[in-house]
Amino acid sequence: MGTSDMTNDITRLSASDLASALRDKTLTSVEATQAHLDRIAAVDGDLNAFLHVATQEALATAADVDARRQAGEELHPLAGVPIAVKDVVVTKGLPTTAGSKILEGWVPPYDATLVERIKAAGLPILGKTNMDEFAMGSSTEHSAFGNTKNPWDLDRIPGGSGGGSAAAVAGFEAPLAIGTDTGGSIRQPGAVTGTVGVKPTYGGVSRYGLIAMASSLDQAGPVTRSVLDAALLHELIGGHDPHDSTSIDEPVPGVVAAARQGATGDLKGLRVGVVKELSGEGYQAGVSARFDESLEQLRTLGAEIVEVSCPSFTYALDAYYLIMPAEASSNLAKFDGMRFGLRVEPAEGPVTAERVMGATRGAGFGDEVKRRVILGTYALSAGYYDAYYGSAQKVRTLIQRDFAAAFAKADVLVSPTAPTTAFKFGEKLDDPLAMYLNDVATIPANLAGVPGMSLPNGLSDDGLPVGFQILAPAKADDRMYRVGAALEAALESGWGGPLLNKAPELKTTELAR
Amino acid sequence: MSTISRDEVARVAALARIDLRTDEVDRLAGELDVIVESIARISEVATADVPATSHPLPLTNVFRDDVPEAPLPVEDVLAGAPQQENGRFAVPQILGEE
Repeated sequence: MGTSDMTNDITRLSASDLASALRDKTLTSVEATQAHLDRIAAVDGDLNAFLHVATQEALATAADVDARRQAGEELHPLAGVPIAVKDVVVTKGLPTTAGSKILEGWVPPYDATLVERIKAAGLPILGKTNMDEFAMGSSTEHSAFGNTKNPWDLDRIPGGSGGGSAAAVAGFEAPLAIGTDTGGSIRQPGAVTGTVGVKPTYGGVSRYGLIAMASSLDQAGPVTRSVLDAALLHELIGGHDPHDSTSIDEPVPGVVAAARQGATGDLKGLRVGVVKELSGEGYQAGVSARFDESLEQLRTLGAEIVEVSCPSFTYALDAYYLIMPAEASSNLAKFDGMRFGLRVEPAEGPVTAERVMGATRGAGFGDEVKRRVILGTYALSAGYYDAYYGSAQKVRTLIQRDFAAAFAKADVLVSPTAPTTAFKFGEKLDDPLAMYLNDVATIPANLAGVPGMSLPNGLSDDGLPVGFQILAPAKADDRMYRVGAALEAALESGWGGPLLNKAPELKTTELAR
Repeated sequence: MSTISRDEVARVAALARIDLRTDEVDRLAGELDVIVESIARISEVATADVPATSHPLPLTNVFRDDVPEAPLPVEDVLAGAPQQENGRFAVPQILGEE
């Protein structure tokens, strides 16, 4: 077998299979990490999923884990399995930009809690993944450092904001990645790249060290190629953190056990609620067709399908686009050119702190960030606060009530993750509202704080992947893992393997080493 | 015709400390109307009897023990500063001087 075939085999393994091979010592972490670094070197020129590749640091971690394993040390089950981290998460010693010029070249002096946990468990960090600037977007077209391409079709978006993490995993550059989800930024990229993405219950994973967009909505979670891999990563990064006052002070739900149980394929007695408002008009025919087929699969596995109505979901997008900019305008106030990042002096006139702030933010923020900060500042300004932010918060109450009523009738709720498959670059760039509609099915979960998962459930008529969304009540993340693993097993047995096997081969650049 | 005027955009941009070019002010004046439309739809259901929810999960008084932790080393913190002087952030003039 040639070197590139070997690389191919290793990079196609799931994280849990990689972990087994490392445990059995049929593979070392240095080999696994090098194979992924080689793959990045070979395909990332086209994909642009990574903003920074941490070659030396990743190999050093891998070598350390191999030595410890050789010495017989007890290691974390995922020790030695490489991972990619979205660039909105701070990493000590590795550049962190959140996709923005205003942070270009900044190297954080501390680690996010979830990064501390990744490092403590011995997962080599391959690098930082591309994203829409400050996580504002659904396509990575708002990144200051170029678009990430969808591995299924390089002319199409990989979703956003976490398009880099999704493309890295779909393109076999990494078996695991970290995403963050404020309105769908883990789940929608998962749907359009044929990968699995999970937004845990709000507070399930610490937000300490995430560069915040909307603090009452942001949540970090796993980006993977299988439901079990997502569960393994979820248990690693989840759990209480005293550095985050909104962190849930309870044990992480048993998501790995739930995924293993689900994979046995028995859903007898489980009630699956189909959300009436998240279907029909605006949903591509192929997306709706795959959704209906998946419902049939769930029925075959023993689940009972019921229809539920959540009338307030109709207002979720409007409420989201008031709350999110309002919170973002406050969170982004810290990018003022004083303590870190870019500093730009005004072209003329006195150089005062206030004028430097204006010049720095004018030069350092991209169009979409300016748009949302100004929208949010307007919504929070004197005389408007109650009518705008206050009213939007009332809609949150209504959405929570809808969820409560729906979960009284069903154990989980389901919908298509996104209304369409991946669109072409530029198609929605000049129409912010059309762009925002991508998130219509994912936003309600963020407003209510409930967990959501997207997993691939087939290809649409255009040959592009479709995502199936599962929502569970707050702190019942394990339920969606059970259902997701059961559906995944049934679908993959029909396809004869993972959906990503149907993705086209990426052009590789021969590398000189 | 936009409900939010160019002057209003310029005023809010100044509050947000973002210098905008003239063409950016023009574009945003058109785009910010979306907020007015959103609020019109929301007001159909956001009635006086509905309480506001500020946070997805109810939390009250999150405290931790008052135990000192080691701060970050000063040199690490200043390493990312645009300008530093004598172990501190150096910033432009803050108050007006005559």
